[in-house]
Amino acid sequence: MKVITGLLISLLASTTAHADSERSRVPLLPRYQQECAACHIAYPPGLLPAASWQRLMGDLPRHFGSDASLDAASVSELNRWLVLNAGVGKRARELPPEDRITRSTWFIREHDEISSATWKRASIKSASNCIACHGGAEQGNFNEHAVRIPR
Amino acid sequence: MDMKVGVLGMGIALAAAAAVAVAETPASLLAGYRTEAGQPPDPARGQRLFTQTQGREWSCASCHQALPVSPGRHAATGKTIETLAPAFNPQRFSDAGKVEKWFRRNCKDVLARECSAGEKADVLAWLITLRN
Repeated sequence: MKVITGLLISLLASTTAHADSERSRVPLLPRYQQECAACHIAYPPGLLPAASWQRLMGDLPRHFGSDASLDAASVSELNRWLVLNAGVGKRARELPPEDRITRSTWFIREHDEISSATWKRASIKSASNCIACHGGAEQGNFNEHAVRIPR
Repeated sequence: MDMKVGVLGMGIALAAAAAVAVAETPASLLAGYRTEAGQPPDPARGQRLFTQTQGREWSCASCHQALPVSPGRHAATGKTIETLAPAFNPQRFSDAGKVEKWFRRNCKDVLARECSAGEKADVLAWLITLRN
């Protein structure tokens, strides 16, 4: 029975999710959640290609203008997991400028209907604040039917 | 036999880890910084350090609020940052490793250098004065 329920759930999940977001639904490594989700949400690793993650992990003391330095053991554990679960396919062929998810061609295309005034709302503040509109972002749910843009 | 030794070894390792991971308190951490600094902390100086910019764009308050008794918001990303004052969030200042990591990172963001033990003591002494 449990097996059948599990199968049904995974079947439902796979039919409702976009093919591209499948890989963003990996369970988050506890250390990733702990070390990387204090200043920003735990971005699903599938949103960047492996080479971008490696570059970011190689320069944590200068992380988008902030010091995000970590001990060497944590860095290598995170690097391994990020690379293993990094983006694949069409989206991952391009390295976004500055390794920013928000500057990826697919990201810009997916958000082209959002006005710059909307991005600047106090309730949103930054394009890096996925969770303001995508409530399930940390679980890798970016389904556009679940988007709620706050006032 | 090997198995038993392995289990015993693991038990000892776990016990050792538990002994090392004794939870600190805000007061015990403050005592440590005070000793290292060799002078008593000054909460008023800590408040100034916390709320004023130090030549760079951000102050501590940019993300934690000038009175960090409720959740703050990251100055760049907008992400909620849990309340910092320990009387309002018991998880704060309970783990020396975590405290040192965040002082190191955040002092570099605010002052472009690490904070001295005296500066950490000042800030922590001020945070401890914030009560319900």
